[in-house]
Amino acid sequence: MMLIPCPWCGPRDESEFHYGAQAGVAYPADPGALSDAEWARYLFFRDNPKGPFAERWSHSVGCRRWFTMVRDTVTNEIHSVSRPVLT
Amino acid sequence: MAGAELTESAPGADLPEHPDRLWRNPEPKSSYDVVIVGGGGHGLATAYYLAKNHGITNVAVLERGWLAGGNMARNTTIIRSNYLWDESAGIYEHALKLWEGLEEELDYPILFSQRGVLNLAHSLQDVRESVRRVHANRLNGVDAEWLDPQQVKEVCPIVNISPDVRYPVLGATYQPRAGIAKHDYVAWGYARAADALGVDLIQHCEVIGLEVSGGRVTGVRTTRGTIGAGRVALAAAGHSSVVAGMAGFDLPVQSHPLQALVSELLEPVHPTVVMSNAVHVYVSQAHKGELVMGAGIDSYNGYGQRGAFHIIERQMSAALELFPVFARAHVLRTWGGIVDVTPDASPIVGLTPVDGLYVNCGWGTGGFKATPGVGWCYAHTVAHDEPHPLNAPFSLDRFTTGALVDEHGAAAVAH
Repeated sequence: MMLIPCPWCGPRDESEFHYGAQAGVAYPADPGALSDAEWARYLFFRDNPKGPFAERWSHSVGCRRWFTMVRDTVTNEIHSVSRPVLT
Repeated sequence: MAGAELTESAPGADLPEHPDRLWRNPEPKSSYDVVIVGGGGHGLATAYYLAKNHGITNVAVLERGWLAGGNMARNTTIIRSNYLWDESAGIYEHALKLWEGLEEELDYPILFSQRGVLNLAHSLQDVRESVRRVHANRLNGVDAEWLDPQQVKEVCPIVNISPDVRYPVLGATYQPRAGIAKHDYVAWGYARAADALGVDLIQHCEVIGLEVSGGRVTGVRTTRGTIGAGRVALAAAGHSSVVAGMAGFDLPVQSHPLQALVSELLEPVHPTVVMSNAVHVYVSQAHKGELVMGAGIDSYNGYGQRGAFHIIERQMSAALELFPVFARAHVLRTWGGIVDVTPDASPIVGLTPVDGLYVNCGWGTGGFKATPGVGWCYAHTVAHDEPHPLNAPFSLDRFTTGALVDEHGAAAVAH
């Protein structure tokens, strides 16, 4: 299994984490203003690349924090992990 | 004793012989009326029914690897039609009826064994959902029964129905006409029949681009050259997003690893197919004697055709809880496929935003059982430029209209 480098706890087994799918998908600022097609895009459409993918993981069995990871979806090579930027 | 003859034959000794050649391996022509992207079960079945039902034979099936070497070679071969909604009953039951005549239709052995399927219930909520599904099935003319634990034991003696476990068996749905088939033979049967009708099967030919002009598809760019096409039908399973992107549109699909495994060859011990959502595993015993087992997807997106071993360990725990006798068996081989899962665990079969370009994807963890049915309906869709009534509900635009067909429960594979 993957050894995932939690930005706070360090490398841990993949089974300690919970997958959070694509990173960087913001909740719409004004959902009421969206058309059905735009709302559908937010609800149901996510990137699905064959290659590097920026995705969210949480260290659910450890510190329980969420972070972003860039991982290659073919080789599972982990390119980077980063802490969320607080705005 | 000297001179005594052994009368038992080795497991698998009674399997059918195959001819040396089942299909041609032609060079791709410069163009075809229809190009099918993906040479798995769905692509091959679609090609067959295009030729057989619609007389459309100037067709090429392009497969980037070896024929039917994707999910068609990797699934756990369960065939059933016991999904919840009317829309699902339509297409899955159409498929099951075609399965029942398929060996004769293709004149090829497929080892289709209608040994039934049990979907176990382990909580009161499971029981309510299961009984509801039985009634829904019956209202749609699909065979379904609710069994209590003792009846489950009668159907499958090796199931542990003891109340003294964490998630006891409280009963099961039973579809007697469900079963298994030999996945590779199904692919070869369709391939041989399609080839005989004039379809070109082109292996080691990866589609790397879709040519679109004026909103209409005109051809495909491949690792073996550019091929013109009047119509292009995508049947690329886990690679659907990749191929759709070549024509500039998105799909609400996420590709995940799905693992499966077999045990060593065993004497017949498991007479049916058993699936459990709560104690998550599904298992059958193949004709040759191996136990064939699977469970949920690996949680992350992945195109590597492999997953992690803790997923296997968890399904082993589930299998041993349900079938204590399996503790004597050994895992022989594990592998993975790439499953294209959708938000409602139902497929997408129909038109796309590009004229002449059709999509069949999103079957996720349960495409094998639909193979003849989707081939039939997808061929109709391509031939008529309009969905067949049975795949009309599975349109891409249902995600905008909200008319989802939610089958996570009946899919019986944890997403």
